[in-house]
Amino acid sequence: MSTVAQEAAPTTRGTNWRRKLVPYGLLLPGGLWLIVFYVVPMLRLVSVSLQTGIYPRYRFSWAWSNYAELVTNYGGQAVNSFAYALSATVIAFLIAYPLAYFIAFRGGRWKNFLLVMLLMPFLMPFLLRTLSWKIILADNGLVVDLFKALNLLGEDGRLLATGVAVVAGIVYNFLAFMTLPIYVSLEKIDRSLVEAANDLYASPAVAFRKVTFPLSRPGVVAGTLLTFIPAVGDYVNAVLLGTPQQFMIGNVIQSRFLVVLDYPVAAALSFTLMIVTVLLIIPYVRASGTEDLVA
Amino acid sequence: MTATTTASTRRKVMPFLRRHTLTLYAMVAFAYLFIPVLLVILFGFNDVSGRFNYSWEGFTLDSWRSVFLGAEFGGVPGLFDSLLVSLRLAFLSALGATVLGTLIALALVRYQFRGRSTTNLILFLPMATPEVVMGSSILALFLAIRFSLGFTTLLVAHILFNISYVVVTVKARLQGFDRHLEEAAMDLYANEWETFRRVTLPMIMPGVFAAFLLAFALSFDDFIISNFNSGQTVTFPLYIFGAAQRGIPPEVNVLGTLVFLVTVTIMLVNVWMQRRRT
Repeated sequence: MSTVAQEAAPTTRGTNWRRKLVPYGLLLPGGLWLIVFYVVPMLRLVSVSLQTGIYPRYRFSWAWSNYAELVTNYGGQAVNSFAYALSATVIAFLIAYPLAYFIAFRGGRWKNFLLVMLLMPFLMPFLLRTLSWKIILADNGLVVDLFKALNLLGEDGRLLATGVAVVAGIVYNFLAFMTLPIYVSLEKIDRSLVEAANDLYASPAVAFRKVTFPLSRPGVVAGTLLTFIPAVGDYVNAVLLGTPQQFMIGNVIQSRFLVVLDYPVAAALSFTLMIVTVLLIIPYVRASGTEDLVA
Repeated sequence: MTATTTASTRRKVMPFLRRHTLTLYAMVAFAYLFIPVLLVILFGFNDVSGRFNYSWEGFTLDSWRSVFLGAEFGGVPGLFDSLLVSLRLAFLSALGATVLGTLIALALVRYQFRGRSTTNLILFLPMATPEVVMGSSILALFLAIRFSLGFTTLLVAHILFNISYVVVTVKARLQGFDRHLEEAAMDLYANEWETFRRVTLPMIMPGVFAAFLLAFALSFDDFIISNFNSGQTVTFPLYIFGAAQRGIPPEVNVLGTLVFLVTVTIMLVNVWMQRRRT
């Protein structure tokens, strides 16, 4: 025991081989879990996506045609995914930025309280708070009446079971992912920089445009990714608030995998979504480096 | 002259205006955040006549009575069982992910080693992967090895998606504290294990605990990944989803409200304890 203690004690010569192995020992269990249950399944997904056949006999055959189905058979759902995710991200940004700004710059001693308030709604189970939007957007509800009064909606128009409801649900469900990163980057801004802009006769609008907003850009980029990526793969909001006409690519993956048991096409669509995700995050990773990814 | 006076009044009025429009805006935004939550709670008191609980029909305590006094807790067959499954799953997966993730966080903060950026990337990817992709890829693996779906596969998947969040949370805590305390312990001939147990671990414990809570919450509320890997096992979110197709009994709202109240209490206690510590 004592020899171990002496061996492990830091020496003036610095690290020895045993110390060099410690980090790998720490990484091993979690790293194995990630490799076996994340990396390997992803490779398996690729291999399944190139199979052909009839359930339950699928065989690997370089069937690239599975990927073509995204356009030939599921173009509508792909367009829905992209359009809904994009609108939801833009709307979430418009809601989240002023809110994050308010908490960071005007929160004062209430800052922690406001952050708790921001997170609290997300402690209500996800599906229940999504289903609430069925009540809010109901055909005889206040929102529909208001829209009709403002002539934004025809006499027999509805919001529920339309793309509007799906986008509303997505915005609501992922709002924290947009707000928190923006808050963090606004919070980090050195206030004296904004004061300096004011001292140099920049109007508040100019100071915001030239100082505050550019400095908050990392949070905006992170928030946009953290909202768009889960939004584009979502299918829960489309099921609960829309109709099959509003179905997204996630709905197709879900039903192909779990109902129709058409694994090859489901895998091809799923992996396509992964490629889109990777393409989106590559510039982000390039800009921020790998060290900040998990910070 | 007039230009400067308008400019100066503008300088006085604009921040005033801005301050208050922003406050008003924030109040509206918070109302927006809370209305759906309040509706879930409110509709637990709805006197439902038909199958669907989407329009208000009158106040009643029946559903609350049925949850606590019904033949089984929860009032509706299978509802309480699904809650128990979710609690067990959330506890075990949070425990597993906390152990694995904390070890990784220690390696990342305390040691220099080759393969650092690969490690960072492999940790980041699961957080960036759409849930439907992660759920379906794990399913593809389980199908390939013919492993039957159920609680075990749910546990494997939940530990997986929680690891990265644990690493992020614990790492934040580890970076914040003084390295010298560990060096002092080593100088006093504590070996690495003793240093870890008596110095490092007590100091990072709040971070580890916070990570556990986060993982617990993420696992408890997960629907998409569970949807792919549950087999016949029914978690609380899966129960709600199934019920949503045929009409949700208000007892589900009652249990949702209870879950909400418990987690809010835990969150507030956690925040309060952290404030007392600092």
